[in-house]
Amino acid sequence: MNLSSQNAYDIANSAARQPAQIEVVAFRVGEQEFCIDIMSVREIRGWTQATSLPHVPDYVRGVINLRGTVLPVIDLAVRFGGASCKGSARDVIIVTQIGSQVVGLLVDGVSDILTIGRNAIQQTPNVASELAEIFVKGLIALDGRMISLIDLEDVLPKAMLEPSTAKPA
Amino acid sequence: MDAMAAIRKTFFEECEEQLAELESGLMAMNEGTADRETVNAVFRAVHSIKGGAGAFKLTDLVAFAHTFETTLDYIRSDRLVATPDAMHVMLRAADVLADLVRLSRTGEPISASIWKQLAQDLEVLNPIEGASNAPSNAALAISVASSDDYQLNGGNEDFAPAMIDIGDFEMSDGIPDPVQNVFNISFRATPALYEKANEPAFLFREFRRLGTAEINCRIDELPDFTSHINFGSHLHWDIHLTTEHPIADVRDVFDFVDGDCELDIVDVTPVSPADDEVVVTSDIDTRDEPVTKAETPSGATDALSEAPAVMAGVALATGLPVGLQDHKDKHESAREVAGGTTGAPSSSTIRVELERVDRLINLVGELVINQAMLAQRMIGAGFPSSSPVMLGVDELEQLTREIQESVMAIRAQPVKPLFQRMSRIVREVSDATGKTVRLKVDGEATEIDKTVIERLADPLTHMIRNAVDHGIESAEKRATAGKPVEGTVRLSAAHRSGRVVIEISDDGAGLNRQRILEKAKSKGLVPPDAILTESEIDNLLFLPGFSTAETISNISGRGVGMDVVRRSIQALGGRISISSTPGKGSVFSMSLPLTLAILDGMIVSAAEQTLVVPLTSIVETFKPPRETVHSLGPNASVVKIRDTFVPIVDVGHRLGFTTTPRIDRESVAILIETECGNRHALLVDGIQDQRQVVIKSLETNYGAIEGIAAATILGDGRVALILDVEAAVCATGSKLGHSVSANPSAGALLQ
Amino acid sequence: MSKIILTIDDSRSMRDMLRLALSETGFEVVQAIDGVDGIEILKGCNPDVIVTDINMPRMDGFGVIEAIRKDPLKRTIPILVLTTESDAAKKLRAKEAGATGWIIKPFDPVKLVAAINRVTA
Repeated sequence: MNLSSQNAYDIANSAARQPAQIEVVAFRVGEQEFCIDIMSVREIRGWTQATSLPHVPDYVRGVINLRGTVLPVIDLAVRFGGASCKGSARDVIIVTQIGSQVVGLLVDGVSDILTIGRNAIQQTPNVASELAEIFVKGLIALDGRMISLIDLEDVLPKAMLEPSTAKPA
Repeated sequence: MDAMAAIRKTFFEECEEQLAELESGLMAMNEGTADRETVNAVFRAVHSIKGGAGAFKLTDLVAFAHTFETTLDYIRSDRLVATPDAMHVMLRAADVLADLVRLSRTGEPISASIWKQLAQDLEVLNPIEGASNAPSNAALAISVASSDDYQLNGGNEDFAPAMIDIGDFEMSDGIPDPVQNVFNISFRATPALYEKANEPAFLFREFRRLGTAEINCRIDELPDFTSHINFGSHLHWDIHLTTEHPIADVRDVFDFVDGDCELDIVDVTPVSPADDEVVVTSDIDTRDEPVTKAETPSGATDALSEAPAVMAGVALATGLPVGLQDHKDKHESAREVAGGTTGAPSSSTIRVELERVDRLINLVGELVINQAMLAQRMIGAGFPSSSPVMLGVDELEQLTREIQESVMAIRAQPVKPLFQRMSRIVREVSDATGKTVRLKVDGEATEIDKTVIERLADPLTHMIRNAVDHGIESAEKRATAGKPVEGTVRLSAAHRSGRVVIEISDDGAGLNRQRILEKAKSKGLVPPDAILTESEIDNLLFLPGFSTAETISNISGRGVGMDVVRRSIQALGGRISISSTPGKGSVFSMSLPLTLAILDGMIVSAAEQTLVVPLTSIVETFKPPRETVHSLGPNASVVKIRDTFVPIVDVGHRLGFTTTPRIDRESVAILIETECGNRHALLVDGIQDQRQVVIKSLETNYGAIEGIAAATILGDGRVALILDVEAAVCATGSKLGHSVSANPSAGALLQ
Repeated sequence: MSKIILTIDDSRSMRDMLRLALSETGFEVVQAIDGVDGIEILKGCNPDVIVTDINMPRMDGFGVIEAIRKDPLKRTIPILVLTTESDAAKKLRAKEAGATGWIIKPFDPVKLVAAINRVTA
């Protein structure tokens, strides 16, 4: 089954039982604008130097201390197949809750908090882009801007999606 | 049923406590240090397990506990002397009881064979007593008065029957097959009945449940109040009961007052089916004598309250200040209580979910880190150390540490239950080996983290088994060596410089170093020409696959060696060492952290990263002189330490932070020893510090990472990774594809 | 008005079971963890019935009964002892000490309530 049509199906399906509007946090990664459901955003904070992790995919920038919690940081630019954010002071970490895990997303900057009608979310066109196929749930056209709604589940490396049953020591 | 499931859980928790109580009590009895209360506590423990087990229909547990309890009761009442033999049986019985509890908890099928034998052994202990001594119901025999003393239904002019109408007498058509029995009951209460707070009216109420009753209260024996006060019970009753129930059920109504009354029950059921005629009470109400009529049992008391004469009779009869007014007062004050203090009684302990404690421990860990960060920033901001701000920070640090210690203490538990389990092991193994061994325990009150205690059980069991099986010599050998035939195994725990030290020692023959060395050589664990120090030979015991006994006995098990013990101890952040004196015995000493939430670590830098190396695995640190490092192929090298070659692991390279391993002039080597006894030199760029760090899970928000055990947060607020030494060097072996590190004594082989 | 029952038992699970059975029937339940605690609680409370275990640390059930029967203000409170089937002798001793009745452990909640009803208004 084609992934994008699956996504469209999901959206149509969920639209039926969800409120007509959703609030999203929009942010920039490189030249593009993306957004995620505000419900999964815990906080937004400035960039701090991350501690590198060994043997991890290149888009995992490492871990930072979020008030005592060890927070993994995903470099979305790398994740989406582009060049890494520099990790400058202008960069921002969006702290998100994905399932039971708390994960930071490194982005170039948060641009907006938007309220979007569900019917304004368009199906992703069937383009042969990995980015579109894997991460983008739908497209939002707004004042001449195009914002991609992304699905956080797919942003994480696979290992992270299988939470260990082991308890912290 | 959730509530019952929760109670079941509580019951098994209690069982563990009772078993511990039982064990320590029996031990005290065995040592001869028990007093009467100890024996009572032992009895109570078994009794309590039995009581609860009954509620959950754990029949084997009930049956065995009952047998055990019976024997203990004999001891408690001085009818049985607790001889050493008897104590031996009872200690074994405690073990079986513990087994039964555990099987019952998990719901595993229980074969009667596991307890029948011991139940018999217990029964054999019991004194043979004549039937006359046995508790018997004879003492409870009902005193039967001749029914001739009474005339029923008020035929006698001498007394005035008082009628208490019990229940509604409607005979429903729906009652199936009414085989009606008719009983004439005469009942006379003795003062004792009232003294025990029984009340005939409440008993009679039960007749409503049984059938139709006509109750006549005879007051003909009431004394003349005008003349003098006469203590005693002066009322008696005649009851005419029509019921479908058998006579046993009727007797049962009087169960509580058995012996405190004169009771006569006569079956007057007509041979032909009784007609359904309801006893008519028409003439009674017209009498002038105290007469009450109540429609319902609950009204019975109220009805009586309207009969002061009768109640006065009762009150006087019993000599008790009993009265309905009293009853009412009681209800009123009870209502106040219900509104106010109807809570559970206060007690000196509370039970808290472990999860809550762990959450608190985490938070305090964060507080410690935060405090350290704050202090560092204050210093960075240029506050002089004598400034009020810095003094405040110092105080905060002090408080934070105290909070941390106190919170950690919540998880701490005494090692006593763990040690108690060991006495069972000693019994079992000494029984199986035919040795006489006494376990002496010290420092049972020493507290250590709950999880550490739980994970100590297996290694400790193994070591205790070893001590009895291999450490202590046979009785003959001991006698020959001029030692007491009874061997001693000591188990002790103590706090020592922030850690808990647990020692297991035996007064056996000590390690046979020559044989250990021979065996190690024959197994290829050390080179044939190797010359080892005594301590090095002793430590060969910890090599995988090493077994000291000539023949592997059933007891010490097969394939589980001291290597597994050491791995378990190291997994807890502990260390284990051995020392032995020929002819005098051996001592295994374990040093364990007080908690698993904190780790003693060495803070090191490698490839611009800050890492923590657990102190437990570090043997020593040194700067390797260039000439001692030798290359072995393109990417592997070894360093020579005191004539031994040890593989070098460049930490930065191992973790993938640098592309090629390298050794700088500044490099520092950390000699570590893995759980399997392998030595490796971890190469780092420098050592920053050595301190306690709070362990933070990486898995909560990310997942497991090879070579990394966990993370921590340092004083500067940065996350630092804690090296998993084991995994980091194990990867070495596989990557090198070299036999060098695969063999535990790689260094020796290179000589 | 619901009756107040004071239960005295050192076993948590037994206390829980008693509470469950009694409160389901609509009784107010006050619980003590041993005899000493029970006597203490009794100072500020006038239960309709006391249900007590026999084997307890500090003060056992016999002690409880004797203490209550000596107290002129509390002596009329019915006391039921919790006893096991096999304890004929204990039952007798409890009676001699002044127990009003007994409840055989493990108890059937219905029988427990029946026993309480047999000794209270």
